Amino acid sequence: MNKGKRTTPSERCPAISFKVNGETRIVKAPPMKRLLDVLREDLHLTGTKEGCGEGECGSCSVRMNGELVNSCLVPVLQVEGADIQTVEGLTLHGELHPLQKAFLEHGGAQCGICTPGMLMAAAQLLEQNPHPGIVQIREALAGNLCRCTGFIRIFEAVAAAIASDDGRPATGPNTEQTRHAQEQTHHAR
Amino acid sequence: MAFSLRKSHPARSWSGALELANRLKTRIVGAAVPRKEGVDKLMGRACYIDDMVREGMWHGATVRSGIPRGLIRSITFDSRIDWSEFAIVTAADIPGENCIQLIVADQPCLADGKVNHCEEAILLLAHPDKHKLRDAVGAVKVEYEPLPAIFTIEESEQQDVIVWGADNLLKTFLLEKGDVDSAWARAAHIVEGEYRTGAQEHLYIENQGMIAEYSAKSGVTVWGSLQCPYYVFKALRPVFDLPEDKIRVIQTETGGAFGGKEDYPSIIACHAALLAMKSGHPVKMVYDRMEDLAATTKRHPSRVRHRTALDRDGKLLAMEIDLATDGGAYATLSSTVLSRATLHSTGPYLCPNIRVRATSWATNHIPYGAFRGFGAPQAIFAMERHMDEIAAALAIDPAELRHRNFLHVGDTNATEQEMREPVILDQLLDRGLKESDYHAKRAQYARENPASRVKRGMGIAAFYHGSGFTGSGEVYLNSLAGIDVTPEGKVRVLASNTEFGQGTNTVLTQVAAESLGIDYAAISMASPDTGIVPNSGPTVASRTSMVVGRIIERACSQLLALLREHARLGATYTQKEFLAACESYRAAHGEVVSLCRYEAPPGIVWDDQKYHGEAYGAYAWAVYVAQVAVDTVTYSAEVEDFWAVQEVGRVIHPVMAAGQVEGGIAQGIGYALYEKVVWQDGRMANNQMTNYIMPTAQDVPPIHVYFEQIPFRYGGFGAKGIGELPHDGPAPAILNAIRDATGVAFNAIPLLPEDLYAGLAATEEMAAR
Amino acid sequence: MRGNAATHDLVAPGELGAVLELLAAEPGVWTPIAGGTELMVAFAAGRLTAPKLVNLWGIPDLRTIQVTPQSVAIGAAATFLDLRRHAVIASDFPLLAKAASWIGSVANQGRATLGGNLVNGSPAADSSPALLAYDAEIEFISVRGRRRVPYSEFHTAYKCNGLAPDELLYAIHLPRRFAHHKQYLRKVGTRRAMAIAKVALGATALVENGAIREIRLGAASLAPFPMRLLQTEAALLGQTVTPDTIQSARRALLAEMKPIDDIRSTAEYRKRVAANLLDEFLLQLRHEGSQP
Repeated sequence: MNKGKRTTPSERCPAISFKVNGETRIVKAPPMKRLLDVLREDLHLTGTKEGCGEGECGSCSVRMNGELVNSCLVPVLQVEGADIQTVEGLTLHGELHPLQKAFLEHGGAQCGICTPGMLMAAAQLLEQNPHPGIVQIREALAGNLCRCTGFIRIFEAVAAAIASDDGRPATGPNTEQTRHAQEQTHHAR
Repeated sequence: MAFSLRKSHPARSWSGALELANRLKTRIVGAAVPRKEGVDKLMGRACYIDDMVREGMWHGATVRSGIPRGLIRSITFDSRIDWSEFAIVTAADIPGENCIQLIVADQPCLADGKVNHCEEAILLLAHPDKHKLRDAVGAVKVEYEPLPAIFTIEESEQQDVIVWGADNLLKTFLLEKGDVDSAWARAAHIVEGEYRTGAQEHLYIENQGMIAEYSAKSGVTVWGSLQCPYYVFKALRPVFDLPEDKIRVIQTETGGAFGGKEDYPSIIACHAALLAMKSGHPVKMVYDRMEDLAATTKRHPSRVRHRTALDRDGKLLAMEIDLATDGGAYATLSSTVLSRATLHSTGPYLCPNIRVRATSWATNHIPYGAFRGFGAPQAIFAMERHMDEIAAALAIDPAELRHRNFLHVGDTNATEQEMREPVILDQLLDRGLKESDYHAKRAQYARENPASRVKRGMGIAAFYHGSGFTGSGEVYLNSLAGIDVTPEGKVRVLASNTEFGQGTNTVLTQVAAESLGIDYAAISMASPDTGIVPNSGPTVASRTSMVVGRIIERACSQLLALLREHARLGATYTQKEFLAACESYRAAHGEVVSLCRYEAPPGIVWDDQKYHGEAYGAYAWAVYVAQVAVDTVTYSAEVEDFWAVQEVGRVIHPVMAAGQVEGGIAQGIGYALYEKVVWQDGRMANNQMTNYIMPTAQDVPPIHVYFEQIPFRYGGFGAKGIGELPHDGPAPAILNAIRDATGVAFNAIPLLPEDLYAGLAATEEMAAR
Repeated sequence: MRGNAATHDLVAPGELGAVLELLAAEPGVWTPIAGGTELMVAFAAGRLTAPKLVNLWGIPDLRTIQVTPQSVAIGAAATFLDLRRHAVIASDFPLLAKAASWIGSVANQGRATLGGNLVNGSPAADSSPALLAYDAEIEFISVRGRRRVPYSEFHTAYKCNGLAPDELLYAIHLPRRFAHHKQYLRKVGTRRAMAIAKVALGATALVENGAIREIRLGAASLAPFPMRLLQTEAALLGQTVTPDTIQSARRALLAEMKPIDDIRSTAEYRKRVAANLLDEFLLQLRHEGSQP
C-alpha cells in the first residue's frame, strides 16, 4: 500500500506546495487551515475576502485547477499540487483583464468587497462558455452575493467583456436600460 | 488640527439664470468618469480593515449577554485558562464615561451590573492568539437574575413592564395641519388600514471591524470600517476623557454600510480602543458573520395605522395616522428615524387636514439603528399600500387616484411647507405607466389569471425622499469642507464624507475638478482621517452630493477668486497655470487651502416643537412600478420586471446614480419578499447567511431606470439626494402588485410564501363558506 | 471564524486501500472529508466535533462514473459538476442532473460530492428525491469487502445511516430503466439559487394503457430524512389518474408525511405545497397520458 502523505500529530504543520497565479509557493500550515486563511495570512494575498465563512457569499472565490471554489471551504492539505488563481492573477503585466476594464466602465464594482470573488466567478464562466447569455451569466454568478449593485451593472459588465473580446454587441439584460439611464431630460427653470 | 477660514467671499446670489446655466454646462459633472478608487478595488489592492495588520497587534473579542434583560449576579473566569495572558476590560476600566454618545446618553459602552438585550457587550478580552481568544470567550461564565423582557410595540405600549425611562416611550411627535376632527362628518368615504414592517439586516458583505492603538503620548487612534469618522471621534472622547488632539479616527476602505456603519462603529471603536489601552498593544476587532448578524443594529420595525377621509371623487379630505416603531433596548437614533418617518408618512399628496401621532417604543430587542431610508421606507410602505386600499374601496384606478391627489407647485405639504421647487409627479407617473405598459398588462392579467396557476399583477408606488438633514439639522451640523493643494502639487478635496460604494470619492472630485476647471485625474480625496480633514458632517441622509458638493463648489470658487486676486490667475487658464498660481500663492501665504461652511438656502424656517415649516430644503420624487408573478403551487412571489422613474436634481454621474437606484431596489425587493429576522427570545435565530435570505443574481428582475433632472440651485451642481430614495418604493409597489394579482390585501412585510399561503388559504376558506 | 485548525488532524493516505485500512484500524475515529462543503462550514462555526479527519478528495477510485448497458455507477466522491457534465446522467437520469444544478452555487457544485450529500443526511438533501425516484442502490466498502443496500433503506433516523464504523460510501448505482417513465422533480426553496429545500418532490412513473404500472415518489423535508412516499405510491399503483385517485393520493400523502416547523418554514406550508407538487405531477401524468 502506498503511504501517501500523512501528517504527524496536530502540532506539526506539513509543508504544502502549490502554484498561486503561476508561481510555486510552499506553505507550512496545519492541514485543516482554510485555503482562504493561507492566502491572506501566509501569502499576504489579501485580495480574496471573507464575507461569511459558510460558502454562501462567494467573496472568497478563487479558481483551483480550473474550477471555481469557495476558498473558505477548502482545507489546505487538499491544495497540494494544485493550481490556484486569485484576483491578483487577473492582471497581466500591469494590464487590466477585459473583465476588470468592463467592470470599471459599467459600474460593476461599488464598495468592492464582493468584487474579487465576482471577477473570479465571471472569469470562470467565460473560460467555460465564451458566449453566455443572460441566463448563464445569472447562474454563474448566483453564488456571489453583492449587496450594493443589485447585480444589474455586473451583468452588463460581463456582457460587455464578451463583446469586447469578439466585437459583437453586448447582449446584457439591461442594455436597453443603460440607454435609458443615460437619457437626461433637462427642464428649463 | 485647527482649521482657519480664509477670508470668505462675499455672499453671492445664485438665483440668476446665467449662473445656473453656467453650472449646467459641464464636462466632468454629468459624465461617467472612472470610479476614483475603482482600479484598486478591481485589482484586489483596496485595503479593508481585515487586510490591515499593525506590528505587535493583538486580537479582541466580546463577551455578550445571553439573556434579553436581567441583573448580572456574577462573572466567573474558568481556571483552565491562564488569564494572565489576556487583557480584560470591564465597565470599571473605562477612564471617562461609560456611555456611547449619540443623541440620548442611555447606552452604556459596557454593561454594568445589568443587561437590557441579548448580545449586549459585558466584557472585552484581548490576546495575541485568535484561537486562545476564542476559547477564552467561552470560558467566561456570566450568571444572571433574569427580569421580565418585552419584545413587541404592543407590550411596550401597555406599560405593564417598564424597560426604559419612566414609560418605555423613547420619543413622540405630533404633526397637525388643518382640522382633522371635523372632516369625518363631511367625508363621502372613510378607509382604515393597518400596515406592518419587520426588522431588516444591512448585510453589508464586509463585517464590522476596527483596529485601535493607544499611547499616553498620542492618545487613541482607530482605523476601521465606518461611515462617519467624526461620530466615532465624538464617541471616543468622553469614554477616554481625552481632548480633541488626542483622538484620531481614520476610515479604511469600507465594504458596504447602508446605515449599518453610521452609529454602530462607535461601539466597536470604543471597545477596541479600551483593549488597546489595557493591553498596551494595537488591537484588532473584526466580527465574524454570525456575531455581526446577532449583535449589531437593524432597521426599526413599524406599525402604522391609517384612517382617511375622502370626498366623492376620491380626493383626500383628512388623514389621521398612528405611526409606531420598535426602538429596541436603547434610544440610539430612534428619535431621528421617527422624525423622518413622520415627515414621510402622508405621501406626495395634497391633504388639507392631517394628524400624525408618532411614537417610538423601547423593547428588549437589540437596539435598532440607521438603515437606508431611515423611517421613510416604513412610512411609505404604509401610505402607498393604503392608497391602493382606498382605490379598491372606491373602485378608482390606483394610478388615477394618485393623479387626483398629487402635490403641485404652490401646494403646501403636511408641515405647511409651500412647494416652491418644481414638482412633476404627474409626468413621472405617466412615464412609469407608459414604460411598463401598465394598463395593457393589468387588463391582460385580469383576463389570464383566472385560468392560470401563476397570477400576475402590476403595482405602483409614488413617493418622495427629503434630501439632507431635517429642518435646521444642516445648520446645526455647520459643515466645513473645501480643498487644498499640497506642495507636491496634489489637489485634494478636504471633507469627512466617506466612500462605501455609493460614489463619494468620485462625485466630490468631479465637483472639484469641474469647479476648478482642471482634470478629473488631478484631484484626489484627502484621506478620511480626522487628523487631516474637517468635519463636513456625516455621510448619511443622502446629503453628500447636495450639501457637501455645494460647499466644495463654493470653496473652489473661493480659491479661484483668491488666485485671481493674489496670484494673477487669468480669466482662462491651463492646469499648469493653475498649479503655478497655487505655488505663487503658497510663497506669499504659506499654504493653499480654501474652506467654506454650510450656508442654508434662503427661506428655510422650521419649528421643531410644532413640526411645522420647511421640513427639507429639497425633495427627490419618484414613481416605481412592479410586475409580480405569484405561483399558486408554491405561493412564491417573484418580481419579474421593475421600472423606476425619479426626479433627483442633477445627476452627477449617470452610471453611479443608476447603480444606486438598482442596488436600492434590490434591497427593497429583499425587504418586501425575502428578508426576515427570526427572533427567538430576543436573539436573532437565523444569524447565518444561509438563513437570512437576500436576493441572488438569479432573483433580481431587469430594472429599468429613468432620470428626470430639475437642477436644485442650492445643491452641488444642482444635485439632490439619491442614495436612499430607491429603497422607499419597491416594497409597496410589489405588495400592490400582489394585491392586483391575487385580489387579496397583504399589509405586512416581509411577505414570505408561508404568509402568502396563509392569506390565500384564508380567503379561499371564506369564499367557500 | 470559530474553528481552530491546530486542534484537528487531517490525514491523506492517498489511495482507497490505505483509507480503508485506517478506518479498519481505528473504526469510528476518522471522519471522512471530501469536498468539505458541509464539514468546513461546521468547522468555521466552531461546531466540528471531529478531531480526526481522513481526506477523500483526489482519490481517483472514488470519483469515477462507470456506465454499463444496465446501470450507471457513480463514485461517492463524484461532484455535482461531474454529474452535470456527464452525457449519460443527462440522458438517462435528468432528474439527478437537474438536482445537481440546484445545489448551492457553481463553486459549491464543483466541490460538493454525491456521497457527501447522502452521508450528511440532511432531510433537505438535494440529490435524495431523484435518487429515490430512480430506485438507487448504495454500495459500501471496507476491508471486509463490499455490500449494497437500497438507498430507500440507507437513512435510518435523523442524520443516522446504515454505514458501519469501518465502512465508506463507495458508489451509487442507478438502473438504466427509466427511458419510458414520466419524470418530475421540483424543489421549493427560499429563493431561486443558494436555497435549502423547504419541500422537494421527485417522481418517476410508468403509465401503460392509462394505468400506473410503476411509481416511485421521493420527498425531501417532509420527514426526519429523505423518504419514499410508500403509502402515496400504494394509493396510485394500478390506478388511472382521475380526480378521485388524485384525492386519495393526496389523503395518503397527508397521512404519511411528517413535516415540522423550523427556521426556514412551517409544517402547514410544507404540507400544502407537497400536496400541490403531487397534484402538479399527477395532472402532468393525466395530460401526457391523454396524448397520442
